[in-house]
Amino acid sequence: MSITVSFTLNGESVRAEVDNRTLLVEMIRDHLGRTGTHVGCDTSQCGACVIHVDGRSVKSCSMLAVQAAGADVATIEGVAQNGNLHPMQEAFREHHGLQCGFCTPGMIMSVLDLVKQNPDPSEKEIREWLEGNLCRCTGYQNIVRAVKAGAEAMR
Amino acid sequence: MTENGIGAAVRRKEDQRFITGKGRYTDDINRPHQLYAHIIRSPLPHATINSIDAKAALEMPGVVAVLTGKNMVDDGVGGLPCGWGVNNKDGSPMVEPPHPPIALDTVRYVGDQVAVVIAEKRSIARDAAELVDVDYEDLPAAASLAAASTDGAPLVWKDAPGNVCFDWEIGDAAATEEAFANAAHVTSIDVVNSRLIPNAMEPRSAIGDYDSGRDEYTLYTTSQNPHVIRLLMGAYVLGIPEHKLRVISPDVGGGFGSKIFHYAEEAIVTWASKRLDRPVKWTADRSESFMSDAHGRDHLTHAELALSGDGEFLGLRVQTKANLGAYLSTFGPAVPTYMHAVLYAGTYKTPAIYCEIKGMFSHSVPVDAYRGAGRPEASYLLERIVDRAARELGIDQAEIRRRNFIPPDGFPYQTPVALEYDSGDYFASLDQCIELADCAGFDKRKGESAKRGKRRGIGYSTYIEACGVAPSNVAGSLGARAGLYEAGTIRVNPTGSVTVLTGSHSHGQGHETTFAQLVTETLGVDFENVEVVHGDTGKIPFGMGTYGSRSLAVGGMAVMSALEKIKTKAKKIAAHLLEASEDDVEFVDGQLRVTGTDRTVAFGDVALAAYVPHNYPLDVLEPGLEETAFYDPKNFTYPAGCHICEVEVDPDTGVVKVDRFTAADDFGRIINPMIVEGQVHGGLTQGIGQALYEQCVYDDTGQLLTGSYMDYCMPKADNLPNYELATNVTLCAHNVLGVKGCGEAGTIGSAPAVINAIVDALSDLGVTDMPMPATPERVWQAIREAAA
Repeated sequence: MSITVSFTLNGESVRAEVDNRTLLVEMIRDHLGRTGTHVGCDTSQCGACVIHVDGRSVKSCSMLAVQAAGADVATIEGVAQNGNLHPMQEAFREHHGLQCGFCTPGMIMSVLDLVKQNPDPSEKEIREWLEGNLCRCTGYQNIVRAVKAGAEAMR
Repeated sequence: MTENGIGAAVRRKEDQRFITGKGRYTDDINRPHQLYAHIIRSPLPHATINSIDAKAALEMPGVVAVLTGKNMVDDGVGGLPCGWGVNNKDGSPMVEPPHPPIALDTVRYVGDQVAVVIAEKRSIARDAAELVDVDYEDLPAAASLAAASTDGAPLVWKDAPGNVCFDWEIGDAAATEEAFANAAHVTSIDVVNSRLIPNAMEPRSAIGDYDSGRDEYTLYTTSQNPHVIRLLMGAYVLGIPEHKLRVISPDVGGGFGSKIFHYAEEAIVTWASKRLDRPVKWTADRSESFMSDAHGRDHLTHAELALSGDGEFLGLRVQTKANLGAYLSTFGPAVPTYMHAVLYAGTYKTPAIYCEIKGMFSHSVPVDAYRGAGRPEASYLLERIVDRAARELGIDQAEIRRRNFIPPDGFPYQTPVALEYDSGDYFASLDQCIELADCAGFDKRKGESAKRGKRRGIGYSTYIEACGVAPSNVAGSLGARAGLYEAGTIRVNPTGSVTVLTGSHSHGQGHETTFAQLVTETLGVDFENVEVVHGDTGKIPFGMGTYGSRSLAVGGMAVMSALEKIKTKAKKIAAHLLEASEDDVEFVDGQLRVTGTDRTVAFGDVALAAYVPHNYPLDVLEPGLEETAFYDPKNFTYPAGCHICEVEVDPDTGVVKVDRFTAADDFGRIINPMIVEGQVHGGLTQGIGQALYEQCVYDDTGQLLTGSYMDYCMPKADNLPNYELATNVTLCAHNVLGVKGCGEAGTIGSAPAVINAIVDALSDLGVTDMPMPATPERVWQAIREAAA
């Protein structure tokens, strides 16, 4: 059975006809064509699919699309504004916080929520927060460095 | 140094698209009217397929086809080829069984392909797969090396008695025996190099797209080497001539070796696309990745080191069994032989070495190259046995290494196991690492840990690796079935910007930046005006791709050779424009100048003249400014270095914390230190992951127990320290830049440093060994057993 789901995506009203069981990440990638949000696992552990729903970071593989009906959804595509990178995006580039880039959108969306809750996170707090985001390339060191710098630039 | 040239920590060109969500990975690509494939995989490690009944599945709306191995055979599809043949001691070839992309009558590991369901939607294909009734007859299985090596073990292939694929040797047995006869001391060790699952964060994916109008195929795939896939799949599996097959590897989310190989799914979607005349897409679930990506490592080794009374290494004797899995993956047989045993000299002048390697089949996923590929196994064994020998003889860990290092003036150095090292300074790396790691302060830190009830230990590893397998003719004589050169094209565009076409493939390594730095340095063209293109056989010259830390040392050198040709031609053009002799023309800051004068022409004007050849020496020079070079290296490169790890062990819980980790590496000349540092961070983390967290486990029946991130422990941000890094440079002696490679070193050196540190922390309790991964349970047990 299919159902029409609509919500706000990066400030724009969107709608799609999806199966009831469609995951939010599937709707975003397959129906709405925003492929910046990635799927890296099937046990909700890798964090490649982290987006914001009503201002909170969530793993979009662990929500049904229908649960987002009417919500304010933000993905990596909406982070840069008017062609200007967000300070956290700048920080990831400046500090080499990415290599293959696959985990990066989820990392950035995740840490934006961290910094919202904790504008000056310690290294320990950053490392603990990132427990739900896997990266196989960087060894996390430069991601942590980028988050510190990004948070500072946002203050 | 040119700004943005060689040696500059230039920020990466590729980051813009990745940080804005505009990367384009294979699963991000959708073709018009595409279908979705779901692979039915064997739930059993070993079974006969009696029948496959797809009737109910085919009746489900949206299901287009259910295809089996028999359909492939009927269409003339061949098996997946192995790219490296290894011979037995007697010169006879290894056992090389067939490898059908979809199993025919027998499945041989959990995850083996059984059938493919193709439907209008991914969800329909998955649902329909549940309705396909496969009747299996269960057979006994042996998935682990220990089980497969037991007398009377179930055979994976009846043509491989004892499950032995090959029984190979290298070195001088007689000289080694003699060394042992003269030894004052012999240190023995048994090590397990645990089995790993690579886990690139992007799951594998493939789209086959057949164009019936042109009878042409396009395969989009998550590959580290699209031309290798085109060669193997086109020639051996599907019989597609290369001019009719284009392979595109767009952005690829990490590889670590696991995306080198030609996999069944690539052939399945390409074949099915023609059969159904529609594009067919497949993307692995992570659970599928665990049971279908080639695994890594998995060795059982017994080794002995013969020493003189003062700790001089006299001889090394090694017997290793290496798990190859159920089928031979693309480079499976090469990994434990020519990528592994040839490294047994390490950084040491051990005069006599003999080693025997048995490649073993088992009912498990095929095993192949994973970051380091054979070299981490070699360095783990060597650095563990050296550590143990030092303990047995009461020699300091740094001192025993110094007594045995090949001296800086000893190069070129011919090892007893085939390789000839060209350059290195192992003393410098060790000294640099000891200084940076503050080894002098270790005792104090140990005391502080003790006050908190913790045990602190320090571990050393002075590794070497061999990168950029070469030259092709030597590799060929040793069993390689492909060339190991690289291709690069420099296309100077009419207005002076530069497009670099490279056979190397970046899946995180940052070639778009590093290779652009080479161009900026050499031609003086602005960094922003250089674009690096890779990953598409329709665009780039025939290239061998990226693995074995070869991109810069082989691919980068092809780019350098092409740049040299460009310079030569540009000088000729400039000489004409400046009415000078070409011998008098030099490159200076993006200009070509007549030496000793102020007469110059901008490089961009030279390019324009080449493409609009009005004022041009057409009688002696072709128009255009584009050059291609194929570069076949004269030798491997030999990065080396020292890793020092400090751990703190909680004796009450067995939890090990890596408190400090220091690496001093010699990668030769460094093009972009920021990228090199990132490569080392990632490499170290994968080595620490093996030492402390990761392990692929099969149970006694052959079921894969570690089939998800719930069961396979990946290193996470809160498990790891900040690494302290330094580099020292000896130049590679046989390429123009003196570069060596840095992609795998972190993984190769780190695991033994961690385990040696744990042994050190617990040695006064009587602990002499620690298997990987050193989980809290294992550490706790080892402490209890030593006390008992």
